[in-house]
Amino acid sequence: MGECPVCAATVPLAPDAIAGELLVCEDCGAELELKSLNPVVLDEAPAAEEDWGQ
Amino acid sequence: MTPGSMRIGLLHSLIRKEEKLLIAAFKNAGVEPIMIDDRELIMDFHHAPDVDILVERSINHSRALHALRLFESAGVRCVNSHKVAQICGDKLLTTAALKDCGIAQPECRVAFTEESALRAIEELGYPVVLKPAVGSWGRLLSKINDRDAAETVLEHKTVLGSYHHSIFYIQQYIEKKGRDIRSFVIGDDCIAAIYRTSDHWITNTARGAKASKCEVNAEVAEISIAAATAVGGGIVAVDLFESDAGLLVNEVNYTMEFRNSIDTTGVDIPQCVASYVIGQVTQ
Repeated sequence: MGECPVCAATVPLAPDAIAGELLVCEDCGAELELKSLNPVVLDEAPAAEEDWGQ
Repeated sequence: MTPGSMRIGLLHSLIRKEEKLLIAAFKNAGVEPIMIDDRELIMDFHHAPDVDILVERSINHSRALHALRLFESAGVRCVNSHKVAQICGDKLLTTAALKDCGIAQPECRVAFTEESALRAIEELGYPVVLKPAVGSWGRLLSKINDRDAAETVLEHKTVLGSYHHSIFYIQQYIEKKGRDIRSFVIGDDCIAAIYRTSDHWITNTARGAKASKCEVNAEVAEISIAAATAVGGGIVAVDLFESDAGLLVNEVNYTMEFRNSIDTTGVDIPQCVASYVIGQVTQ
């Protein structure tokens, strides 16, 4: 589990969670990036950039 | 070489659902992919991380494009190749590649100034669609219905946009009756297709369009595979318009997103990707 950096809610992690994964805080809806697993660090996901996606 | 001994690199930045599905598919096939985060990558034009093949899954087109070139310079085979990324990442280059292979697509014009772009739009006839040559998820597309809108959008793009936005890519508007087709091509096979349906004229699922299954008939398969081949082959998603003149290729995507298309089509797309990549290593 991690702590949402926006609203401080507890954010559960899936058993197959990996660093770099995008998550959504169920409490506040913030899009988060799992920066590391050990220790668990969550940060706000970067805003979409102009060259993202397909 | 057995799957367990393969060194398959997966180039990524943020891990989306697609990357997680691909990682699981590789693991199911007995391969533990080597994760390569483009945010931590430093390359020197001679060496690359020690992998047998690189699967490109970066969310950033510009990073993917340049990293692929450097991996290939270091002798690493990439899926997709730098050439495919270069062509698919730029609508102008995609249109040129499709034209070279005689593949049906909407009429298109390119112009470099406001004045010539306006002339090009009026030559094609309203409505037209103005697109950034490099862009995705349906962002910054403009459907231009008349001269007033054309003058306004062209001025805004010239004054407010970076220089990229003054490469005016102008496409004939195709009345697609609320949907288009996205097909998935891996190697020589068109493995699946979906309809993307929306009340809006933009039918990207990233913009809220609904996905439903599209049968891969001979016509869909033939033009999809031809389009994939035209851009260099590999693993691509092809966007098709249904027009009175038959299917037209709108775009080809080289880091395809497929999260909405697995349950919809019943095709295990990540497993198909993993099998193809493993097959490429053993070739």
